[in-house]
Formats: sequence, structure tokens, C-alpha cells
Amino acid sequence: MLVPYVTAGATGDWTDLLRAAVDAGADAIEVGLPFSDPTMDGPVIQQASYQALCRGTTVAGVFDEVSRLDLGVPLIAFTYANLVLNRGADAFCSALRDAGMSGLLAPDLPIDEAGPVSAAAERHGVDVVLLASPSTPPARRAEIAKRSQGFVYAVSVMAPTGEQASLRSPGRELVMSLKQHTDLPVVLGFGISGAEQAAAACEYADGVAIGSAVMRRVLAGESPAEIGAMLAGIRRAISLGRA
Amino acid sequence: MDQLVRADSRRPAGLGRFGEYGGRFVPESLVPACEEVERAFAEAWADPVFHAELHHLLSVYVGRPTPLTPAVRLSAELGITLLLKREDLTHTGSHKINNVLGQALLARRMGKRRLIAETGAGQHGVATATAGALLGLDVTVFMGERDIERQELNVFRMKMLGAEVVPVTAGSRTLKDATSEAFRHWVTVVDDSYYCLGSALGPHPYPWMVRQFQRVIGDEARAQCAGRLSAATPDFVVACVGGGSNAAGTFAGFLDTPARLIGVEAAGGAAIGAGRPGVLHGFRSRVLQDEHGQITEAHSISAGLDYPGVGPEHAYLAETGRATYVTADDAEVVAATHRLARSEGILCALESAHAVAWVLRAAQDGTIPQGSTVVLTLSGRGDKDMATLMELS
Repeated sequence: MLVPYVTAGATGDWTDLLRAAVDAGADAIEVGLPFSDPTMDGPVIQQASYQALCRGTTVAGVFDEVSRLDLGVPLIAFTYANLVLNRGADAFCSALRDAGMSGLLAPDLPIDEAGPVSAAAERHGVDVVLLASPSTPPARRAEIAKRSQGFVYAVSVMAPTGEQASLRSPGRELVMSLKQHTDLPVVLGFGISGAEQAAAACEYADGVAIGSAVMRRVLAGESPAEIGAMLAGIRRAISLGRA
Repeated sequence: MDQLVRADSRRPAGLGRFGEYGGRFVPESLVPACEEVERAFAEAWADPVFHAELHHLLSVYVGRPTPLTPAVRLSAELGITLLLKREDLTHTGSHKINNVLGQALLARRMGKRRLIAETGAGQHGVATATAGALLGLDVTVFMGERDIERQELNVFRMKMLGAEVVPVTAGSRTLKDATSEAFRHWVTVVDDSYYCLGSALGPHPYPWMVRQFQRVIGDEARAQCAGRLSAATPDFVVACVGGGSNAAGTFAGFLDTPARLIGVEAAGGAAIGAGRPGVLHGFRSRVLQDEHGQITEAHSISAGLDYPGVGPEHAYLAETGRATYVTADDAEVVAATHRLARSEGILCALESAHAVAWVLRAAQDGTIPQGSTVVLTLSGRGDKDMATLMELS
């Protein structure tokens, strides 16, 4: 699976980035709903979120824009607990679904706190994707794998979001242990910076999530076509690696 | 004091819940670290050896117990009995040292080699740098660029004590951004580093743990009142509230008394007065935010109160009505600083002056009836704020 991440509203043509990602072969897309205080994001996503908020981006506005798209792949909201709870979990999940999005991923809602949001999501047919980390102990990994929906998100490194020079072994170990407890795809994220790493990760993971590598280029002014070409390269590398 | 410190007080329910507030809203990578701190603190708090060492340091290093000083001239002018709990007289000049020494001892007990901290006014950073130097632990302090400019003296003090001060340039470049950056950094060094949080907030167990380390203020004050006041406990207990650690510690000593508990927030940073329930930096509480759920900036003349959230126990005490939260604005805070200095010879921190400002106002308008007894925690001394006050004069 190829799961790119795009910060909603970071640029005026951000929905074109979603289309470009689909054309490049994305299997699902994480749509970042920008939050003012993103404690799990590295400098690139922080900057993208800040830029989006400065442009007046709101959750309601993003839902409105997304509802007018018909992309044919699952869209997963990537955001923080406060934006979910600000509306109330039920209202948020209902609006998410109405906008045509099918998943929710909130890094500051670990399983111990996710209960009410998961219940609301279930009522509205929204998948809650849970994250596991290299520091997560075995029993907890099993619970996360069992309770996650759509896919399981394996965090490759003990670090905020961002590109890494090389893939670390904890990611592989984490993915393998999660796969023992679920039939869902296990997607590796945090630190994947390009085609070579993505192909290497997909030797053991079912897919990769790519955020900072996308948004770094977006912030540098690359066009949706250029981003699409980059993602297509990653798609090819994954497919060749898998061939 | 040992017995008083160990007196148990309301361990929060479940995963650090104070009513609907509290909790542990952190990235999965930090959950095991929070659990490790929780286990270690629970064990340490039940261990007489830990308390003996903490008590010893509080006595011979910090200078506890701090006195309860009668504000003689102000009391006469206001028609009340005003007693000042003098946390400004502690080593490093603020209540922050009580909590930091406790957490630094805990970190060493856990085998950690390094303390990470965030700071706004710099007092928590100075206290952490001090404890690190004392116990041989490396210290890294995250501080917003704007606060670094405002608190030059404390930045220099931290460096003198051997701490690394990391400027944070994101967002509003104040305490909330420094806190976010400290969390991000903690994820990367969680194996050998301990996050020494400066107020009674953050993910469980921090709000509970910080209150327990700070309750020495309230426990001491209560014992001191018992020997001094005919009614044994005061009519009012007043403390300033940013994140709320000095107030949480002060209130803890008086929760089971009839005393009215008053927390004084900065008018431009009143998370209880103007905030709504929300999640920030790992905990659910009342938070300043806009209609879309984005966290808004707090504004205060005092960098220490420049935080858009408040400790979850305060949100709970406000909701249950056990404590009342009011505000003081910058102008009356500056006036209160001058009046306390002229009347009592005490230059207090601008944070503490919020509590003084409310007492002055409340005694004048009758909210505090004549003849009342009032205990007010002076959380810190004002040296760090002299540059700010010089600019205004």
C-alpha cells in the first residue's frame, strides 16, 4: 500500500495534490487537519500546519472541500484529539463521514483514551486507525493490532514525524510482531523519505505512509504534477520490490 | 514535616482523572514512559527512604519550612489579617524547587542521566538546572525565543548552572511552544532522559505527582496557621494560577477545611475563566481555544502565567465549586507589586502579585470581609521581573 499524507489547506491547490496522489497509485490518503500545537509532528509538518492555519484553514472548510471530491480511494483524517473533541466525537465523526472520509487517525489518542471516540466512530461507520510504536510492549501491541480498523499504523522510529537517513530495525521488528495479531495491513510510517526506503520497508510491511517527504516538497513550491511524479516513483519501487 | 508530606490526598481516579479532566493524551511512543514514571512515583511516594532524602534536601538545601510572614502594614490598611507564605525565600527564589527536587530524586532513582524541562518565566528552568547540578544530572531546558528575550537573567542563571537552553522558534515562541518541543524531544531520548514537568499539568501522573511534591506549601501553612490563628484555619487561601502548581500545593493543605480557596489567573490567560474543555499537551482541562479548536495565545505581563491551559485538578475544583477562580489584569498586578514592596519590603514575582492584586481589590470591595484572615502564597521573588518593571516606570 502507498499512503501519502497531505496537510489540508497548506497551499491553495492542496486538493490537486490529492488527485495527483491518486493518479500516482495511492491506495489511501491521510488528510492532515492542521492543529496549532501538533506535539507529534516534526518541523516540516509543523510548518505545513502553521501555513495552513495562517491561510484560514478550518476543519469545517476542509470537510466542505473534500465532500466535493470523488477520488475513489479511502481518505483518512490525521489530526489531534482537541479538534475531534471540540465538536464532540459524535458530531466530528458524523461530519467526517458526510464529507466522504472513511478513517480517523489521532496520534494523541492512545487506546486508553480512544474509547469514546472509537464508539462514536463506529456509530458513524468511520475506521479508527491506531498507532503502535517501537516502545509499545508486546501485550499492548496485540491489543492495538486487534482494535485498529482499516489498517494498523506502525511508527518506525522513536521520533516525531520526519524523514530519516535510513530505516531503523525497530520498524521491522514492530511490523512483524503486529502482523502476528491481525489480518489487517500493517503500514509503516514516520521516517520514510523516498522510493528506496519505501521498497525496503515493503519487504516486510504491507505499505508505507509518506508525509514529511511530500510536504517538504510542497512547502518548497513543487507542483501537484511534480509531487505526483515523486509518488509514482515510489509506487513503482514498491511494485518492483514486490514483483 | 515528613508526616505531613506523606499524608495522602486524593489520588486521581483511573488514568489520572479529576472528574472529566486529566488523563493521558500522549502519542503511543510516550505511553510506556508515562507508565514508568507513574510506577516509579507511586513506589517512591510510599517509600520512607525517599521521603527522608527529600525532606533532608528541603530542609538543608531549599530552606524549608518557609515562614508565614504577617503583612503587618497591609493588614492594618485593609482591615484583615494577611499572612504571606514565603516561597520567595526558597533557594532559587520560587516554589518550583519543591517539585523539581522531588522529580530529580525520582529521575535518579529511575536510573535516568538527564533531565528535560520547559520553562516560561525561567523559574522552573533555573530550579531544574539547580537540581541537575546538585544531583549530577545533565539538564536541557526548552524555552520560547520570546521568553528568552524577556527573561535574560534567568537564561544566564541556567547556563551558569550548566544547563543547555534550547530556543524554541515555533508558533508564539512562548511556554506552550516550548512545552510541545520538550514533548517531541522526549520521544527521541526517552530511554535515558526524564521529563521534569514544571506545573501540575501534562499527562498522568504529572498533575498528581506535582501536586504531591508541592503540597508541602499547604501542609506547612496549615500547621503554621494552627499555631497562630484562633480559628486554626484561615478564612481565605489565595494563590496565583498559571498551570497552577503553587495553588495546587497550597490548596492541598486546606481542602478539608472551611477555608475559601481562591485561584487568581491572569486576565489575558484565564484558562478557567475564559477557556473551554479541551486537550493540550497530554491532558484534558480547560484550555483557551478558538471556535475551531485551535489553541489561542495567552497574554500576561508575567511570562509564568502565559500558558493557555490550566492543571486538570483546578478545572475540577472550579467545576465542583470547592475553589473559586478570579482574574487580575496587568495594570493592577503592577500596582500590587509596588504596594507590597512599599508596605512590606517584599519584591514579589509578577505571578504572585496577581494574588496580591485580588486581595487588595477584594478587601476593598468587601468580598473579603473586615476582620478576615487570609493566607496568600507568594510563589516567587521578583528579581527576574525587574527589567519588565523598569521599562514601565
